[in-house]
Amino acid sequence: MTSYIYPKFGYRRSQEQAEGVVKRHPIVVVGAGPIGLTAALDCAARGQPVVVLDDNDTVSIGSRAVCYAKRPLEIWDRLGCAAPMVERGVSWNVGKVFFQDELSYQFDLLPEADHQWPAMINLQQYHLEEMLVAKCRANPLIELRWKHRLVSLKQAADHATLAVETPDGIFTMEAQWVIACDGANSDVRKMVGAEFTGQFFQDRFLIADVAMKADFPTERWFWFDPPFHPGQSVLLHRQSDNIWRIDFQLGWDADPEEEKRPERVIPRIRAMLGEDTEFALEWVSIYQFACRRIDNFRQGRVLFAGDAAHQVSPFGARGANTGVQDIDNLAWKLAMVLRGEASEALLDSYHEERAYAADDNILNSTRATDFITPKTKPSRYFRDAVLELARHHGFARPLVNSGRLSTPTPYVTSALNTPDDGAMPGGIRPGTNAADAPIAMDGKPAWFLHCLGDGFTVVAFGEVSDKTEIAAGPFAAKLILVGRDIADPTGLLAQRYGASPGTTYLFRPDQYVAARWSGFDEAEITEALLRAAGHDIADRTELAA
Amino acid sequence: MMLNLSPNIADPDDFYAELINSQRDLDEEQALRMNARLILLLANHIGDRKVLTEAIGCARRGGS
Repeated sequence: MTSYIYPKFGYRRSQEQAEGVVKRHPIVVVGAGPIGLTAALDCAARGQPVVVLDDNDTVSIGSRAVCYAKRPLEIWDRLGCAAPMVERGVSWNVGKVFFQDELSYQFDLLPEADHQWPAMINLQQYHLEEMLVAKCRANPLIELRWKHRLVSLKQAADHATLAVETPDGIFTMEAQWVIACDGANSDVRKMVGAEFTGQFFQDRFLIADVAMKADFPTERWFWFDPPFHPGQSVLLHRQSDNIWRIDFQLGWDADPEEEKRPERVIPRIRAMLGEDTEFALEWVSIYQFACRRIDNFRQGRVLFAGDAAHQVSPFGARGANTGVQDIDNLAWKLAMVLRGEASEALLDSYHEERAYAADDNILNSTRATDFITPKTKPSRYFRDAVLELARHHGFARPLVNSGRLSTPTPYVTSALNTPDDGAMPGGIRPGTNAADAPIAMDGKPAWFLHCLGDGFTVVAFGEVSDKTEIAAGPFAAKLILVGRDIADPTGLLAQRYGASPGTTYLFRPDQYVAARWSGFDEAEITEALLRAAGHDIADRTELAA
Repeated sequence: MMLNLSPNIADPDDFYAELINSQRDLDEEQALRMNARLILLLANHIGDRKVLTEAIGCARRGGS
């Protein structure tokens, strides 16, 4: 059993504070949690210098977010840091749901064969943050500033002015754009006066990190009304270093201060694990949760991401996983605006697409919460009936909801999509994230997603052109031909994309499909590229003005 | 398909007696729990989402 030693990153006085000059930065990120650090890496990957402010100087205390799904791993892989996370973390596929003392139902996330990343890993948030910090430190475009607390923010037409407090006092800096990743209690959100509304749940949960050598399999175990914690639910997850994460539902009447005391926590864990299991308590916290989101993800020059923009109940691992996808959506848009390749209107599509995803996540996590914590006696009877029937009959199993695990929300209604014109059977529809597939490049095995993500990319099946690039106004897309630049030896790429000779897909820099056609037509591609970069939205805004 | 609101049970008195008799020795909570199971079993058998929505609405309106 090991106890984690929290690193101290150390405060350094910045040159601009020392010299007393007000410097304007293109991007300032507030908050060095998983979302803020990912924001820094993604903006830097797109060529933008970033300053990150954090009021602390270490990583997250306790395991907190724990579960990371395949899509965030793909995003972190694009940023060059997924492999160590998967290596350090614990991969799992099987989830078991118990009702009272019996197994009610089990599911298998069944990782699709021929994908690079697992369906889900468990990793303590502090390990993940430490890896992201190391990656940021190695990047010359990123400056991490610890013990920098934002005390005020004022907006002008083309920048924001930030007053920042450090151990050396308060100084002023300016930012063309601010990315607020300062969590559910976001100060930035209060500073800009944004609304943050939704539903609070009348329930409290005790979460504990427990060090033990246990022979539980590496599975997600969820209990409804177990004998060791009657009337409530319990969730058990394995993490790395023999640290286990246990969440106990306590109900609304529980006293949070009282319940946090080890004298209260240890008997609860002992009742669960049995008298003979040796364990040590690493961390305990009590939380209650809410499902709510900010009215607009863009507030002038400030862009909100992660819990600062939306909060969900924890069932389904939709918190950090969604936040990482906010950044995936935002970074390329911000970089294009800063390079003058797109107008600010493109940033409004960030709100449009990610608010749509946040609402989908809130819907799913609210439904799970209603199943896990029934609000009335009749709803409890229905819940228990589902669990009883699920033991014996397949039909009831899909109704069991202990959290629907995070998957990307397709942006089906996005203004950046070019809708299919003809019949495109199967494949990946516009607004959906790209599916991975094994391919070959220079005769060596590779992954398809590695071809995407630097900028816009057009992928066509067959030798349809002799170009390597397609221009669209101030920017261009890379052209990849299957058969010329990459090969599809297993046929899985063509199968996953419903492709025949001539099939052409346009991918955005965040690896989402923007448009697709059954034949290759440069004029159509250029038009779709401009639309995907928000030029349509800009035109409409100008017309309306 | 629409929610069938015309008589559809061949032997109505016998069905009704079976339903009531099945709960005769249950207390109120046990009966309510059984009702929940029965609703789920029947709902799955019907399956058609439109019909289920109509039935939920009809029941909620007091049967009208």
